[in-house]
Amino acid sequence: MSSPATEIKADSAPMFVWNKKTKALITDPFLDDNPITVQVLGICSALAVTVQLNTSLVMAAAVTAVICSSNVTISMVRNLIPPQIRIIVQLSIIASMVIVVDQVLQAFLYDISKALSVFVGLIITNCIIMGRAEAYAMANPPWQSFLDGLGNGLGYGAILVTVAFFRELFGSGSLFGFQVVPEAAYDAGYENMGLMVLAPGAFILLGLLIWAQRSYTGFSEA
Amino acid sequence: MRDSIERLFDSLRPNFEKDGKLEYFYPAFEGMETALLTVGHRTQADAHVRDPLDMKRMMIFVLYALIPCILMGWYNAGNQAYLSEGVQAAPLDALIRGGWAMLPTILMSYTAGGIAELIFCFVRKHEINEGFLVTAMLFPLTLPPTIPLWMTGAGIIFGVVIGKEVFGGVGMNILNPALTARAFVFFTYPAYISGAKVWDAGGSDIFATPDALVDGYTGATPLLAAASAPAGSDPVAAITAAGWSFKDLVLGLHPGSMGETSTVVIAIGAAFLIFVGIASWRTMVGGVVGLLATTFLFNMIAGPESNPMMLLPPHYHLVMGSFAFGIVFMATDPVSSSATPVGKIIYGFFIGVLCALIRVVNPAYPEGMMLAILFMNVFAPLIDYVIVKRSTARRAKRLAAV
Repeated sequence: MSSPATEIKADSAPMFVWNKKTKALITDPFLDDNPITVQVLGICSALAVTVQLNTSLVMAAAVTAVICSSNVTISMVRNLIPPQIRIIVQLSIIASMVIVVDQVLQAFLYDISKALSVFVGLIITNCIIMGRAEAYAMANPPWQSFLDGLGNGLGYGAILVTVAFFRELFGSGSLFGFQVVPEAAYDAGYENMGLMVLAPGAFILLGLLIWAQRSYTGFSEA
Repeated sequence: MRDSIERLFDSLRPNFEKDGKLEYFYPAFEGMETALLTVGHRTQADAHVRDPLDMKRMMIFVLYALIPCILMGWYNAGNQAYLSEGVQAAPLDALIRGGWAMLPTILMSYTAGGIAELIFCFVRKHEINEGFLVTAMLFPLTLPPTIPLWMTGAGIIFGVVIGKEVFGGVGMNILNPALTARAFVFFTYPAYISGAKVWDAGGSDIFATPDALVDGYTGATPLLAAASAPAGSDPVAAITAAGWSFKDLVLGLHPGSMGETSTVVIAIGAAFLIFVGIASWRTMVGGVVGLLATTFLFNMIAGPESNPMMLLPPHYHLVMGSFAFGIVFMATDPVSSSATPVGKIIYGFFIGVLCALIRVVNPAYPEGMMLAILFMNVFAPLIDYVIVKRSTARRAKRLAAV
């Protein structure tokens, strides 16, 4: 047996730290380092599931759950993963988490799970999750990785819900499936915007959102 | 008169100049001044004028070229409204009624789009661009006269903001702003821009006289009539049965978007634009050749059971729908079309090909001109790139040989 005493000592820094640095792990992904509007990752699902608020909320929760649990797991075994095959190990961990989430959704939210169809399974290919595993969890302890996953999941969810809010409001005149545009408006000649239900509507909304955010933060890629 | 206007502007000027109270609104002041007066300031550096034709005159010429289309659309809007009630109206009556349908749409386009344009001028601190005057005129001409006013407003705002200003204003846009506006309305409110609902006389406030609605008046455009003929039947017979001869289609007395119906008046506009050297004849010739060649090919390969549009003769394609209007006024937009002379021919040719393809092969849309132009707008820079590359390669080879 090698000396366990020294190993404990090396990890003796408190496990659950909460300071400015760890707080930034959660707050940064909302604005300055948002996975969708700044890193432009995860666009495919942002277009596919945002026709209704219901589905996009569940999708946001599912991605957050997967990214948190996969980040923690990968971080715990990060020193055991041979670097040559790290991607395949990360993928199998993420895939297991996705299967768990998929089964939970099918058991408790069957209708929404059906509405989301393949997009729950496709969380495996969501670049945000792979990105966080590779860029953060492989190099940081579990608690920080958890916070990072939580922040990125919520940052992704915030954009999803914002896009879905406008798409459902303008495209179907409802929110969470409840009619909010009064009948009187339709009688007066108002029409739902067909474009918002189509994928290009999500593209345009996402573009406007990125435009608004970048003129607020002054962020520029060049 | 002129002196008093000049005095008025001079007295107001300090408010709008730097550090003035209304500095923010300088573009509005500048716009009004250039519209009413010849501005006193001149080019500061060495002059480099090649041609006295500037943006302002160019855009005004396009508006002149549109006048025949506007008048024809004006008359036809009223004429069609009366026909849908089974009334053969006198020209004056048709003009009055058409005015009620058309003028508010144009006014709405200028007002809503103008406000969007002004906001960007204030924030981005650029001058009001004359190109907007053309965009806001072209857009209503591509709409059916029964379109609800607020949709016109929403469309032109989308066209100005998403089609132009997000790219950095006039000269930077990839797509034609007027067509972007139309595409927005087309995909957002499809029932109001095409299909049988458009000319339903009871469908809009302006034409709301449901009692007088004639039985069996479908209001379909000739293209829709031809496209919905049974497979293998003669589309020309379907158009004739709907009440139009080839001559009618050329003259333009049939339902359709306000500016598109009459090939004759569009040809007058095209002749004027080519004569003053503003629109490229290369784009137009390329487009016409592309459409005729493709539809001729379809005629050749059409079998007895094929889709009726495949049997429609090429010269019918030329005068139906919005092909003529699009190739003359939309495809020749100097910003979004190819810039090289050879590129313009290729660009125009493929607009014609795509228009024919969408009309004939795509079952969803009877008309394909808007989508064809927008699609080629996206490809225009690529065409230019290849041509410039080839040209430099050729010249480099020649240089090496010397």
